[in-house]
Amino acid sequence: MAYIKLDQEKCKGCMLCIEVCPKGQLKPGVALNKKGINPVMFLAQDCSGCTFCAIICPDTAIEVYK
Amino acid sequence: MNREQRTEDRGEKVLLSGNEAVAKSAIDAGCRFYAGYPITPQNELIGYMAKNMASSGGIFIQSESELSAINMVFGASASGVRAMTSSSSPGISLMQEGISYIAGAELPAVIVNIMRAGPGLGNIWPAQSDYFQAVKSGGHGDYHCIVLAPSSVQEAYALTFEAFVLADKYRIPVIILGDAMLGQMMEPLSVHSQEFIVHSKKLRTKSWAATGCKDRKPNVVKSFYLNLGDLEKFNLKLQRKYKNIQQKEQRYEELNINDARIILVAYGTMARLAKQAMVSLREKGLKVGLIRPINLWPFPQKIFQRLAISDKRLAFLVIEMSYGQMLEDVKLAVNGQQRVEFLGRSGGGIPTEEEIIKSSLSLLSS
Amino acid sequence: MKRIFGRTKSLRPLDTHYCSGCGHGVVHRLLAEAIDELNIRGITIGVTPVGCAVVAYDYWDFDCVESAHGRGLAVATAIKRLQPEKVVFTYQGDGDLAAIGTAETIHAANRGENLTVVFINNAVYGMTGGQMAPTTLIGQKSATSPLGRNEKTEGYPLRISELLAQLQGVYSVERTAVDSVYGILKTKNAIKTAFQNQMENKGFSLVEVLSACPTYWDMSAFESLDWIKNKMSKVFPLGRIK
Repeated sequence: MAYIKLDQEKCKGCMLCIEVCPKGQLKPGVALNKKGINPVMFLAQDCSGCTFCAIICPDTAIEVYK
Repeated sequence: MNREQRTEDRGEKVLLSGNEAVAKSAIDAGCRFYAGYPITPQNELIGYMAKNMASSGGIFIQSESELSAINMVFGASASGVRAMTSSSSPGISLMQEGISYIAGAELPAVIVNIMRAGPGLGNIWPAQSDYFQAVKSGGHGDYHCIVLAPSSVQEAYALTFEAFVLADKYRIPVIILGDAMLGQMMEPLSVHSQEFIVHSKKLRTKSWAATGCKDRKPNVVKSFYLNLGDLEKFNLKLQRKYKNIQQKEQRYEELNINDARIILVAYGTMARLAKQAMVSLREKGLKVGLIRPINLWPFPQKIFQRLAISDKRLAFLVIEMSYGQMLEDVKLAVNGQQRVEFLGRSGGGIPTEEEIIKSSLSLLSS
Repeated sequence: MKRIFGRTKSLRPLDTHYCSGCGHGVVHRLLAEAIDELNIRGITIGVTPVGCAVVAYDYWDFDCVESAHGRGLAVATAIKRLQPEKVVFTYQGDGDLAAIGTAETIHAANRGENLTVVFINNAVYGMTGGQMAPTTLIGQKSATSPLGRNEKTEGYPLRISELLAQLQGVYSVERTAVDSVYGILKTKNAIKTAFQNQMENKGFSLVEVLSACPTYWDMSAFESLDWIKNKMSKVFPLGRIK
């Protein structure tokens, strides 16, 4: 299975990645980061490595591995 | 290169207008970028550049405005190339934003102002009413430009050449402040011979310039310091630089000041008339001298300070084609220790030799 | 496992100052990716604007020159004329390129300067607090059009790309939007092509990018992308203009 690395400190919580993930593998997180927002969480159950989340991310917070 | 021609420099003698002499000097000094917008009375300058820049291996652009011209000079200088623009008073007002950015980014550049009379559209007659704008810095922020004021076509050639050297040496904008009369009048002058002409390719490359980061870390040319404290630190660095320039770059010409009771003070074209008046007064046996500031910034304070504290009573007569602008710098330097009087006309009016003589005589009798 | 998506060399690993959901971060990345894919990092000189992207030079890892507000294309003109073998681009917002710098923009384009222009249109002044831009839509509320832009008093959204396309000196003009994965990939292609045009000496190439400003549109990031699709793209149609 492919996976992503999400830099929780870079995430600004715009949640665009959640909207574009075709597999529903991303959801709002619970813990606050240093910016004081909830970074997105990766569920790591069924990632296809499509890179949509990384492409839409305005903060280059996502790396994709396949 | 010194203001005076080197003795071994046997360049040819040519007949040029002040405007053309400035342009030729710039090319001889290795200036390889010029952008400008037409305005009277400096059109011979842009015309000369249009004709000669390309054949000298440089770039000439007639820009859509003075605003654009000065920012093109910014880009050219950021590329590490000797660059110049020229205009006359209203156009120089438009350039003030760009000059401030050039000062803030510590870029070398030469800006020529062949002054006409203002305010507003004013007229195209000679004037010196942009003194404050040039010397006190017309744009925003705490900065200075070196300001050089030639009084002959020969000196226009020499000082423009030197302007490029100073600009590079201190990474500072240098203003050549002339007036319509200097720009338009033609005089014979000797120009540098081939061996003294600067070949731009032989100039030292500028390590800070934006030329692509191929073999080094990236360079950024900017005047922006967002974080609190950074700008203050930078401004203090600028102030140290200005202090250094103030110590080292006070140029002036003095004539007959040792026995003088009255010292005429004038710059640029005005100084030529003042000199003529001084000669006439000397012929009458009156003790009159002359100080002609060549640098307007830094102002040649030292000579005034020295005279101000002398035991004998002196009077300075400041003569301008404006209403008391350089007067303020003379007063600051003299600091109330001697008498300072003023004679000025503006709007295209020029104090005549007779008026200067009359004012001097009334000073002597009072 | 191989990394198939990550940060490119020309984009420094810094947190940007941009708001959540702002399009600038995306376009910064696309530019850096295009530069690295074309292998021109060492000969690229970027001219950065005044506006939200004022410190773009901090985020990019190549030579940059910071210009005065609106004067980017005058600055870039000189840099490119003096260094024709380099790749020079300007990155400008709508206020910078289409309001205060209109004259510099039109004349650089008309001279056919061999430059690449990346023009970010987010229909608002972001840096100064959400004031009306030349590209603000009719009815769009902003700090200086609190009742919505009224064409009778504030004029119409300025389609400067269409205007520039009329000029003989201009080689190519394309409008894209970073409103979707597809739009982002298309934008990157457009930027890359605009660089290639310059490298092949074809002349002035401009890419206008419709980009989100969730903060001053008063929307969520996702709603902003929707607004680009459904509102903004109607006024500023996407595609190759020239």
